[in-house]
Amino acid sequence: MDLIVNILAMTVPFSVALLLASIGEMFNQRSGVFNLGCEGIMAMGAFLGMLIPFSVGQGGHVSQVYNVAGLLAATVCGALLALFFGLIVITFRAPQGIAGIGLQMFGVGTAGTLFRHFVGGTQSIPGIPDTPVPLLSRIPVVGDIFFSHNILVYIAFLLVPVAWYVLFKTSWGLKVRAVGSYPRAADSMGINVNRTRYEALALGGALAGLAGAYLSVCQVKMFSDELIAGRGFIAVALVYFGHWHPVKIMLGALLFSFAQTIQYNVQGLGINLPYEFFVMLPYVVVIVVLAFTSKDQTSSPAALGKPFNREIRT
Amino acid sequence: MNRNFKIIYKLSIILLAVLATLLLSSFVLIILGADIIQTFYTIIITPLTRMGHLSEVLVRAVPLCVIALGVAVAYRSGIINIGAEGQMAMGILGFTTVALALPDLPRAVLLPFALLASVLCGGLWGFIPGILKSKLQVSELLSTVMLNYIAAQFYSFCLRVPMLDPAEALSGAGTPQSARLTASIEIGRITGRMHYGILIALVLAVIVYIFMWKTSFGYKMRASGAQSRAARYGGINVAAYVTVAMIISGAFAGLAGGIEIAAVHRRAIEGITNNYGFSAVVVALFGMLHPFGIIPASFFFALLIYGSTLTPRAVGVPANIVEVMQGLIIIVIVTTQMILQNNYLEDKVYRWWCSKKDVKEA
Repeated sequence: MDLIVNILAMTVPFSVALLLASIGEMFNQRSGVFNLGCEGIMAMGAFLGMLIPFSVGQGGHVSQVYNVAGLLAATVCGALLALFFGLIVITFRAPQGIAGIGLQMFGVGTAGTLFRHFVGGTQSIPGIPDTPVPLLSRIPVVGDIFFSHNILVYIAFLLVPVAWYVLFKTSWGLKVRAVGSYPRAADSMGINVNRTRYEALALGGALAGLAGAYLSVCQVKMFSDELIAGRGFIAVALVYFGHWHPVKIMLGALLFSFAQTIQYNVQGLGINLPYEFFVMLPYVVVIVVLAFTSKDQTSSPAALGKPFNREIRT
Repeated sequence: MNRNFKIIYKLSIILLAVLATLLLSSFVLIILGADIIQTFYTIIITPLTRMGHLSEVLVRAVPLCVIALGVAVAYRSGIINIGAEGQMAMGILGFTTVALALPDLPRAVLLPFALLASVLCGGLWGFIPGILKSKLQVSELLSTVMLNYIAAQFYSFCLRVPMLDPAEALSGAGTPQSARLTASIEIGRITGRMHYGILIALVLAVIVYIFMWKTSFGYKMRASGAQSRAARYGGINVAAYVTVAMIISGAFAGLAGGIEIAAVHRRAIEGITNNYGFSAVVVALFGMLHPFGIIPASFFFALLIYGSTLTPRAVGVPANIVEVMQGLIIIVIVTTQMILQNNYLEDKVYRWWCSKKDVKEA
């Protein structure tokens, strides 16, 4: 029982990076842009997020202001990188898949280069401490699982209904969905397709940057080249899995982080398999899940991956 | 629109693209506070100055070329293979398994057999995303990346447990690596570490050219990639050709792994794949997805990869700078292609150019 609570109590905070990134990616894809560079944006976010508190405190204790500044810097940087990506795939209409790979390499490479120069080796930072919710965290089992984490965990889960509201109940959300499913119609109604896509892309990039910084500032509390470890790609896969809907994406994020958490509890579970197979597990789950969900494209944004060109009749 | 203008237009776009790449990577160098010119000199010129350097460049060009050929075959058939990293790792495992299991076979049997094993293992690892894509519409971009991580874990497991060098197990150091392979699987070296694998790469390039451009099978593969709907209408089984393309692509990556271990490392250790799988995507794009473009492209990127290993000592720039440049090059290439295809923009520029000329002449 303790073990199960333990696993679940890890699952919730571990899912946050995936959750933030895939909610962001959901906005991208709802507007018709497939951002495979999520991984690179997360890497840059993770690096910037830890750089600010590290360079102030040299790994020692720092005021929370700097941690927050790190998170903010990561968010802004994520949005800027996404706008850069927008320039390539929206304005120049480059193929999104391969351009995304370029952005991923650029982001991961830049983060690695700057990290070696400004930080050097493995350096940990104190990061943002856990703040259990008063009263609620005292509830047995539920309190441990849901209410004894750092503040960003609560914010991330609050973001799910917010994202739902923004996407389905605001006029901006309607615009995003319109340019993602039928840009010509949206265009004829006076919606600026490219501008809306840029906006959605910036929002998605900001969330991806924040997701990266969450990993380095709140979860692992350090940066390394292997920190992101494909989470950006998993986040993209989650959007497919969650059928472009925030609540289903949240469930997917919890499922994947559950698969990830198992590797930290191998001994407790008493399963006698080499360690590497547990590290593999989440990636295997992604492939299996994609195999079952990819064929059903009914809820996918119809214009996903297609650049919009006013001058060409389609 | 006259021909002179077209040539000047295309050249200046390409020139702008090169400038954009240099400027954007300089931006990262400026943040590092590095000497930009010195850094580019170290990456691009220094490796060409000495034979020792040059052979190291060629050593890196071989796997890049072989993998990029496979990536180009897949890309031409409409499937992007970014899983070469994993396919290469599986190829290495296949090669090592054969070499460790049958060390007593004569060279003429063992070496081809081991290379065949690496081809099959890589091909199998390419078959998975291929079949997932053609039967279940799973995005190959996601499945190949996931398979990379799975292969990397499986690779370190194999080196740590079943293939672990008995000497390492005895000494207790436990460095994850296999025993040194028998001498009869080795591919000979020409000078330095440069080896005869380079000939294999060149021959493969010719074979790929003939296969893709001179056979009906290759034509059907290219048709599936260029216009899948039209190809299907024309009676081509697109799904099958896409799967086969991915198998071929994986097989090339696996073979690159086999060659690498037979000629350079001679035992399976960590880090052999060295990001070649991702670099090869850049090489394939840079080589315009054509075998005869890929040969010089793989040399150029091998130069960048080797040059970047010199920068930490020479100018204090971390070797990851090569990844930054590769990412930028991909972005710039795809953007440039779109700009070059944009007739509307070309027309606009042409009119602007003419109006300026008229003003001058008047």
